[in-house]
Amino acid sequence: MEIKVLGPGCPNCQMLEETVKKAVKELGIDAKVEKITDMFEIMKHTMSTPGLVINGKLKHAGRPLPNLEKVKEMIRQETV
Amino acid sequence: MLRNFAEYLVYDVIHLEYSSRLADALVFFIYDTIKIFLLLSVIIFVVSIIRSYFPPEKTKRILSHKKEFIGNILAALLGIVTPFCSCSAVPLFIGFVEAGVPLGVTFSFLISSPMVNEVAVVLLFGLFGWKVTAIYIGAGLCVAILGGFIIGRLKLEKWVEEYVYKFHNGSQYEILKQSFRERLQYAKDNTIDILKRVWLYILIAIGIGGFIHGYVPEDFLVHYAGKGNFFAVPVAVLIGVPLYSNAAGVIPIVYALMEKGLSMGTVLAFMMAVTALSLPEMIILRKVLKIPLLCVFAGIMTVTIIAVGYLFNAIL
Repeated sequence: MEIKVLGPGCPNCQMLEETVKKAVKELGIDAKVEKITDMFEIMKHTMSTPGLVINGKLKHAGRPLPNLEKVKEMIRQETV
Repeated sequence: MLRNFAEYLVYDVIHLEYSSRLADALVFFIYDTIKIFLLLSVIIFVVSIIRSYFPPEKTKRILSHKKEFIGNILAALLGIVTPFCSCSAVPLFIGFVEAGVPLGVTFSFLISSPMVNEVAVVLLFGLFGWKVTAIYIGAGLCVAILGGFIIGRLKLEKWVEEYVYKFHNGSQYEILKQSFRERLQYAKDNTIDILKRVWLYILIAIGIGGFIHGYVPEDFLVHYAGKGNFFAVPVAVLIGVPLYSNAAGVIPIVYALMEKGLSMGTVLAFMMAVTALSLPEMIILRKVLKIPLLCVFAGIMTVTIIAVGYLFNAIL
């Protein structure tokens, strides 16, 4: 599974990245978490940061940030 | 009813002496706190539901290829409801330009969004009443419309970083579909999120209102910065420009300044300068704008905000 956290590096983006990493760890799945800071790459998916892309699919964009449970659910949705 | 509850707490639960100065201040503090937090919760919740219908992707589509002026007005209004924090200013700016939103219209949006929002509105209303709130919203929108319009007229597209024009994603972003239930959930999350960020500032503001009121002489600053002083407005604005805070953070200062006798126009101009213009925002915008355009932007904003300050002082 490929997970991308999109954001130019603001505190919100860092928080989301941490939440995602924690979710992956707790779910015990094999996933690559990547932080995307390149504006061209971000803009391919969304205008509202932070964004969360799982397997190429935009799952979340902007504030408020999804909590740990929600991120887990988004990951689960894409696992099947 | 709220008032009775506050009095009940102070006199029957804490057993303070009736009508003492401290008791009065405490009643005032409890009453205002409950009132403002109730207002904030309800209004942020309602605005969040409206917001969920205006993601930036949609706003961009509405504003794309709009005529000047009408576009500026629409952009300033949409700035109130479209969710946006300063860290997404860059992707937002690029997205707007890519979709063919005129530069001046984009600026109207960027100016109005941080300056006029539900938190500012509730706090102004709760602490200063309808009149001040309405004037602040009206003036904020005018500054955004006018500032954007002037920037548009100056034809400064050449001072936008070249790479911005290289984005061609076809502006076909998927907008995450939401059921009404999900919108309610979003509104709830957003309300909690905002309250978590602003509650402390608000308590400080109310605290200043409740306690400093009556202890510090009211005309403390009048002599230096009252209505009569011609330089009060520009000095307040120039101090406010480099400072950075959201509307909630600046409210305690605004309240304290007003309590100490600064005139309404001076204080509101200060608040606009703090929320609409800031060094960190400039640094973020530097990624998409060249320095001359940043200077023009800051200059136009400073001048319009000062003008608004004088106007307030004249009519209030």
